[in-house]
Amino acid sequence: MDVRLAIGALFSILGAFLASFGIASDKALYERSLGVNINLEWGLVMLGFGLIMAILGRDRSRADVEPRTAAKDGSAGEREKTLRPGKQA
Amino acid sequence: MNLTLVDWIVMLVYFAFVLGIGFLLKRGVNTSTDFFLAGRAIPAWVCGLAFISANLGAQEVIGMAASGAKYGIATSHFYWIGAIPAMVFVGLFMMPFYYGSRARSVPEYLRLRFDEKTRGLNAISFATMTVFSSGISMYAMARLIQTLHIFDAPFQRMSLSPEWIFHVSVIFSAAIVLAYILLGGLSSAIYNEVLQFFLIVAGFVPLVWLGLKNVGGWYGITHRLPSGYTHSWSGMGSASTNRLGVEWFGLVMGLGFVLSFGYWCTDFLVVQRAMAADSMTAARRTPLIAAIPKMFFPFIVILPGLIAISLPTQTTATPGVSISDSRQAEAIGKGLIPPKIDERTGLPILDNNGNPVLDYDLAVPNMLLHYFPTGILGLGLTALLASFMSGMAGNVTAFNTVWTYDIYQSYIKSNADDVHYLVMGRLATVFGIALSVAAAYAAAHFNNIMDMLQLVFAFVNAPLFATFLLGMFWKRATGHGAFVGLLAGTASAAVHHGLTIPAGATPGIKGAWLGTLLNVYPSEMAQNFWTAIWAWSMCFVVTIVISLLTRPREEKEPVGLVYSLTERQNDEHFPWYKRPIAFGVVVLVLTVTLNLLFW
Repeated sequence: MDVRLAIGALFSILGAFLASFGIASDKALYERSLGVNINLEWGLVMLGFGLIMAILGRDRSRADVEPRTAAKDGSAGEREKTLRPGKQA
Repeated sequence: MNLTLVDWIVMLVYFAFVLGIGFLLKRGVNTSTDFFLAGRAIPAWVCGLAFISANLGAQEVIGMAASGAKYGIATSHFYWIGAIPAMVFVGLFMMPFYYGSRARSVPEYLRLRFDEKTRGLNAISFATMTVFSSGISMYAMARLIQTLHIFDAPFQRMSLSPEWIFHVSVIFSAAIVLAYILLGGLSSAIYNEVLQFFLIVAGFVPLVWLGLKNVGGWYGITHRLPSGYTHSWSGMGSASTNRLGVEWFGLVMGLGFVLSFGYWCTDFLVVQRAMAADSMTAARRTPLIAAIPKMFFPFIVILPGLIAISLPTQTTATPGVSISDSRQAEAIGKGLIPPKIDERTGLPILDNNGNPVLDYDLAVPNMLLHYFPTGILGLGLTALLASFMSGMAGNVTAFNTVWTYDIYQSYIKSNADDVHYLVMGRLATVFGIALSVAAAYAAAHFNNIMDMLQLVFAFVNAPLFATFLLGMFWKRATGHGAFVGLLAGTASAAVHHGLTIPAGATPGIKGAWLGTLLNVYPSEMAQNFWTAIWAWSMCFVVTIVISLLTRPREEKEPVGLVYSLTERQNDEHFPWYKRPIAFGVVVLVLTVTLNLLFW
């Protein structure tokens, strides 16, 4: 599982929930947040972030299904293994 | 406090995710390596965020805002001096030995490099410490839930006695942490820590944003508060001219060198996150990646404290403190910070000069209640609860690994198959958490015992970095040297503490318990830093002397465990901007810039 999918899902759900509550809620509620509808505004920020994370995570999960070819650091990974001294844990 | 259904839904969604991650990761746990080291298959950025999140416990979020309100922006020294340089050092120079040696824990590294007794000493003291830290975290969380009256309304509705709130909070947090670690082991803890990291940011950024908007930005804060609050270095020349009460040398050596390197470079709680990385490069990048958000954390954890203290003092009832806590108390707080209330009399506690002692720990909770309407208030509280749980889970995963590999496998049953140790790890998680619960109750009943334990842990931790430094960079250091050096360092920390006292304190737990008094420090912080400096120096010198007097190790040369016998990390096949060293330099340049900006 790619952790970005989990983050994306959590933030999208919470963001969408807060934003819709922000739209539905009474304006008087936002007196303490200096008149800013913080539920709506921050909910949208969280929703945006959640969607980006979900998209990134989904792309990566798909790539993982394909056989692993030399990834960006692939050659380095091989090299390191030979350098690692000591027994395998 | 009035929480509405919306707040509860936000909290419930989060807890559903926490447990959901545990269930999803359960399939991946087949061997003890999966459980204790996340199969060494975690990408660098995930390890990096878990690396700081494990440290982002209650002490951080509540405590740093409290220090921000008390000392001002100088609290950032705990980040820019007291964390970043050590994080860069552990990534660039120490990770090759930790990860490269294939040690499964920090005590196991000590076994490979030195000997069994040094490992035993470290493993046992570390395991004890994690249990108590997680217990203290649990206790603090339950107290906060009580103080904020979070559960009062639901308890009333279910007609349960409010006395049960403490018990339910302790059991509830223990059960959640237990469930997700038991299911997914370290992977589950790490994934949840990453989730917690983003949640803490999401909960605190809007708080700081609203707060800054309210007080007129940083510029507004500098105009509302005396300049001592808004400068981190000016005045550091002497202990009497800054709010911390410590001079620059004690700060840089005590905090920046001994305590910071001792924590970030040797504490298995954080190092375990880097050991779970999927390659040596990823392990080395882990602390460096962690350093980037870490250096900006002062803006979300210290600023709330500064904002709270720079607001006009509340004349209306302070949220969080119930009316029964005496009305006169509210008038003599400062900003959003209420005075501390004596639980027996219900009156504010006064210091020797008759001024009220402020309850700085309420800075963050009161900020949340002051600015957040229902909805986002649920998010803020969730972030707070997440920070408590990440601290607890970090301790529990470190405990079960050290217990199983370094105590159980070494001294109790050494030749069992892997499944046996996996079962033991799960059992260790259960009794580790049970012990933490016991520690939480001990903290609730005997406050002094907890203070004393923390003091003893400070003595044990202070000399550690000297042992690791010599172990990793001096081939000749021997096991006897390391062991005696550690004991000497701890003893000298205790003796130094026993012979000195911070100004204005009474002899006892604060120091001077040896009868004679050699030095009076201007502040408790100065005393702590100098205790650490003494312990480190003593350990360093004694380890060298005893090593030279004892025979060098006869077993095979410590290849891969000492700098001179380990192949250099060859990063030349990376473009320059991908090399850990370049990353480290960027981190340090940014840190210096931040220090200059808030000079």
